[in-house]
Amino acid sequence: MTEYLTNINPVAAILIHAAIPLTIILVYALVAIWGERKIAGFIQDRLGPMRVGGWHGWAQSIADLLKLIQKEDIIPTDASRFLFKFAPFMMFAASYAAFAVIPFSSAYIGSMVNIGVFYLLAVTSVLTLSVIMAGWASNNKWSLLGGMRSAAQMVSYEVPTIATVLTVILVAGSLNLMTVTEMQAGNDTLGFLPNWLIFQNPFLISAFIIFFISILAESHRVPFDLPESESELVAGYQTEYSGMRWAMFMLAEYADMLLLSLLGAVLFFGGWNSPFGDFMGGPLWGYFWFMLKGLLLVFVMMWIRWTLPRYRVDQLMHICWSILIPLSFINLVLTALWEVIF
Amino acid sequence: MRNAVKQSWITFKSIFTGMGVTIRHFFGPTVTLQYPDERMELPKGARARLFVNIDDCIGCNLCARACPVNCIDIETVAATQDVDLGKTSTGNPKRFWLTRFNIDMAKCMYCDLCVHPCPTNCIYMVPEYEYSEYDRSNLVYHFSNLEPDMVAEVKEKAELEAEQKKRDREEMMRKKAEEKAKKEMEEKKKAEEKSEATSDDKPANDKQGEE
Repeated sequence: MTEYLTNINPVAAILIHAAIPLTIILVYALVAIWGERKIAGFIQDRLGPMRVGGWHGWAQSIADLLKLIQKEDIIPTDASRFLFKFAPFMMFAASYAAFAVIPFSSAYIGSMVNIGVFYLLAVTSVLTLSVIMAGWASNNKWSLLGGMRSAAQMVSYEVPTIATVLTVILVAGSLNLMTVTEMQAGNDTLGFLPNWLIFQNPFLISAFIIFFISILAESHRVPFDLPESESELVAGYQTEYSGMRWAMFMLAEYADMLLLSLLGAVLFFGGWNSPFGDFMGGPLWGYFWFMLKGLLLVFVMMWIRWTLPRYRVDQLMHICWSILIPLSFINLVLTALWEVIF
Repeated sequence: MRNAVKQSWITFKSIFTGMGVTIRHFFGPTVTLQYPDERMELPKGARARLFVNIDDCIGCNLCARACPVNCIDIETVAATQDVDLGKTSTGNPKRFWLTRFNIDMAKCMYCDLCVHPCPTNCIYMVPEYEYSEYDRSNLVYHFSNLEPDMVAEVKEKAELEAEQKKRDREEMMRKKAEEKAKKEMEEKKKAEEKSEATSDDKPANDKQGEE
């Protein structure tokens, strides 16, 4: 598909390539926000939104979006205007740009670069910058505290994330996510399991646990949602934002959640590979399986959100620096040994 | 080291226990009642809006007297003799026109005290709780089914009858008094006649008659 489009019209090809992940993100955000509210409702024995749109309030997110569009775009008088206006777009841009290297199906990847994972991790670190930019530009102490907390948290948790990603790369031997996915095809681990990396090596299971905890913290999900802990910091760095700028933050957050879940699906659960070998294979089924895996991880994140309370800041840092980082590096070394021996 | 392993074991165990609880609730039944679409059945004897079956009311005023907040306002007019108001469904004869029977539900405190004294069980609470109003005066319920001109007519009639009765009574009183006087006169006459007949025999009696 890629070559065909590029041959006809390079500009159109670029635009279409850019539009596909954007469409996926926007549709996903609408569904995920509605889904999160429904999941929250069902977990608390409620029903969640039920009115808008008929069946189980499916149009609730659309109604919320329309409401947000109508809202006034308030900029505090003493805020740093340019940074204040720019931060949400930068945040969304960072999340969105990272989708370029995610292989959505065997036929589609935004950019077939050799250093896919490296690019992804580098681009998502801009998120930290935009969060602290928003916190600082708001000229509000709660925003600033939220921004600082967030920056500290994201910088810290990037280390175990990268270490676990490195563990997978060590086994897979490629930074290109398409190659990583392709090498997980097939269905003959122990005779019946798919050839997914998580079944390849016992240390990759522990790597996945560390990776999952880290992406919870990176995407600001409970129990690591300190930057915007509602009960303590009002809404953290988002306090002064309203209307569509706030919606951009929300969108970026959900996009980040999906991005990291999809990364987890690629690295540990075989990306777009069907769990039944060749059965239900092909590009469209590949897209289905890939999104299913990603959304299952998103569901687990939401499930955890409505189960666990929040950590304290010092506990958060303790978990990262004195537990997850040593464990992830030990895990890396053990994986390397396992690879050398077997 | 052993302690750390033990601690992490406890942590993960508690996390998974909690997640087990939440996923059970996720698939479990919900308790939400979709209010305007679905309604909860009110329990028996629920205290809600008061209702008066005005056809059964005999105007005894017991409910109004029982009310601790005086939210029941009753005005009755005695029925004239030419009309028969009939009987209530419980068999009590009705003797009053109910020209006014107002209940101010804004004042009502749902104590249920007015319900029990009623001899004909005509005031009771109905399971109805959605009667918000924009104006407080709309919460005053008028249960009397008499038209205003009917009320005036009834009152006039009752007044006339009362006057008539008063006059009759006065007439009767006068008649009685006259009769009494007549009787006395007659008695006196008789006595005089008697005394005339036997004047010398009983002077004391004569004297008494004179007095």
